[in-house]
Amino acid sequence: METDRRSLFKTLAVAATLTVIPTTAQARERRIAPTDAVGLLYDTTRCIGCKACVVACKEANGLTADVDGYGGGLYDAPESLNEYTKTVIQLYRDDSAGEYSFVKKQCMHCVDPACVGACMLGALNKGAFGVVGYDSSKCVGCRYCEVACPFNVPTFQWSKRSSKIVKCELCRHRLVEGKEPACSEVCPRGAVRFGRYDDLLADARARLAAEPDRYVQRIYGERELGGTQVLYVSHVPFENLGFRFDDEQSVPHTQQTVQHGVYQGFVAPLALYGILGAVMFRNRRARKTDEETQ
Amino acid sequence: MQRHHPVRTIHDSLKASGVSRRDFVTFCGKLMVAAPFGLSITSFLSPEAVAQEVGKARKPSVIWLHMQDCTGCTETLLRTSQPDLASLLFDVISLDYHETVMAASGKDAELALHDAMTANDGKYVLVVEGSIPTKDNGAYLKIAGRNGIDMLTEVAARSAAVIAMGSCASWGGIPSSNVNPTGATGVDSIVKNKPVVNLPGCPPNPYVLLATILEYASTGKPPKLDAKGRPLFAYDRTIHEHCPRRAHFDAGRFAAQFGDDGHRSGWCLYKLGCKGPITHAPCSTRHFNEVVDAWPIGIGHPCVGCTEKETAFTIPIHTTASITRPTPPDQYPTIVTEREGISPLATATAGLVGGALIGAGVMFARSAGSQSSEE
Repeated sequence: METDRRSLFKTLAVAATLTVIPTTAQARERRIAPTDAVGLLYDTTRCIGCKACVVACKEANGLTADVDGYGGGLYDAPESLNEYTKTVIQLYRDDSAGEYSFVKKQCMHCVDPACVGACMLGALNKGAFGVVGYDSSKCVGCRYCEVACPFNVPTFQWSKRSSKIVKCELCRHRLVEGKEPACSEVCPRGAVRFGRYDDLLADARARLAAEPDRYVQRIYGERELGGTQVLYVSHVPFENLGFRFDDEQSVPHTQQTVQHGVYQGFVAPLALYGILGAVMFRNRRARKTDEETQ
Repeated sequence: MQRHHPVRTIHDSLKASGVSRRDFVTFCGKLMVAAPFGLSITSFLSPEAVAQEVGKARKPSVIWLHMQDCTGCTETLLRTSQPDLASLLFDVISLDYHETVMAASGKDAELALHDAMTANDGKYVLVVEGSIPTKDNGAYLKIAGRNGIDMLTEVAARSAAVIAMGSCASWGGIPSSNVNPTGATGVDSIVKNKPVVNLPGCPPNPYVLLATILEYASTGKPPKLDAKGRPLFAYDRTIHEHCPRRAHFDAGRFAAQFGDDGHRSGWCLYKLGCKGPITHAPCSTRHFNEVVDAWPIGIGHPCVGCTEKETAFTIPIHTTASITRPTPPDQYPTIVTEREGISPLATATAGLVGGALIGAGVMFARSAGSQSSEE
């Protein structure tokens, strides 16, 4: 059967209609931590800044020292999480307020992670125990995860030719051996506690309840950005520790809302291509008229 | 007629010479300090238990050979701060031949060596001090008409175990430093058919030697060694790892020159050339002469790395060592990391490249435009 112009347009119109019908955007449901989820509970009131976790992490993960920072090559002195560093202890200090606190940074192991949402090939994925893992065999090095992460966790290995993404994977190679992450294992003060997510949450609540004057009455990571499997309790406001986000929606939720909003009812694409089509049609007619007059 | 040493345990020997049990237990306590772990003889909970175990061992016969040396290693063994300990030492081990401490000379001395080897054939421990000259057929060292290589080969062949005492015996030490005129080398490059325990140091800690000998006497086996033949119980970690001045290193407090305020305050000697970070030795935890702080860093001098072939007598004393295993400083990054701005040079370069590209684009568009208008 020959396809004439008219029948082609008919087919396209039917196809467009069919496409429009099922694309009513569903609001993305709030995700909850998997049942086997594990995580860390960090307590600023217990941390003494000894950096045993930083050293143990480097050993457990075979990471090289970051000698580019302070001390001119003498020290392993990362300023923040970077391609050599999966966890770091930072210091908040405000002498005018007489306030100081250490804070341990590492992957937050979000319940609904932005990096997983951004990764187009599933190199970053939410695996066993709810750990946000990285599979270098699927990674193309686009670094979308690095940009997407609200906590600046995944880092691209700029110093290497064959680069990977470096991020805390909650020592998942140790978890499968029945061990806990290196950082929590070595902590001499119990400032980093490893455990089942539910237990950690209960523990955090109990600590806030037991000493209401000591703690800021908030568990960072309980609701923030869709919830994280690494939880923080603190004696100083979380903004001072660098936790800038209060939004309870996860990043992928926002991202999906925007993307689905654009395609809502397929109106925007139809309008766009309609306008483009109209412009083309007009130009063609204009040219035809030109040719005829010449 | 051959003189046979009666087979005696250390206990018997101590009893015979009237050494009090208390002195021996004190000695064993010092052994435990010298070898806190890694040896079976010191793996007991109390010095009494160590004394019990070590006392049961057959008193080891030791033959000590001098090669190209300064006798410093012998001195370290003899210079205990408590005179009792030095004499006790000779009741615990039987030093059957030692050129420095024996009275005999000439033919009598040679006979003493022969007797010592015959009496404990295949059972004695050979300790070598000093490097062995190999150049010009070993002509640079001769005793009783024989060169070092021959002496060492013969005595080592009939020994039960060979210990290279000091850096010279371990790899050549000072005599082997560039240009090495005598072709000085260590024991393990001459003695190939026997495991050699290296105890480098200039001098090494005498208790490390005693612990090694007594471990051998008790168990019949040498202690566990690292890749360079050094016993792990003493050489498993660097000076830096246990340095009493480590806190100053971590805090970035360095003595800049001898006698300055930092030096007087006991700050870290790294910038004066301390080789602590690259030197595996027990000095920082086991000081000399039973005197606290009697070791180089303790008295304010940087470590020269005397136990490391690649460092000692090779890297100048005041050249700083490269840190191979950096650890965190006593300092913290702030919450928000200040990133360095883009340098003016980079900005200028980017501007030049960008300008050139835009220029080229404009020229291309112009020429393309004129071409099409010509058509």
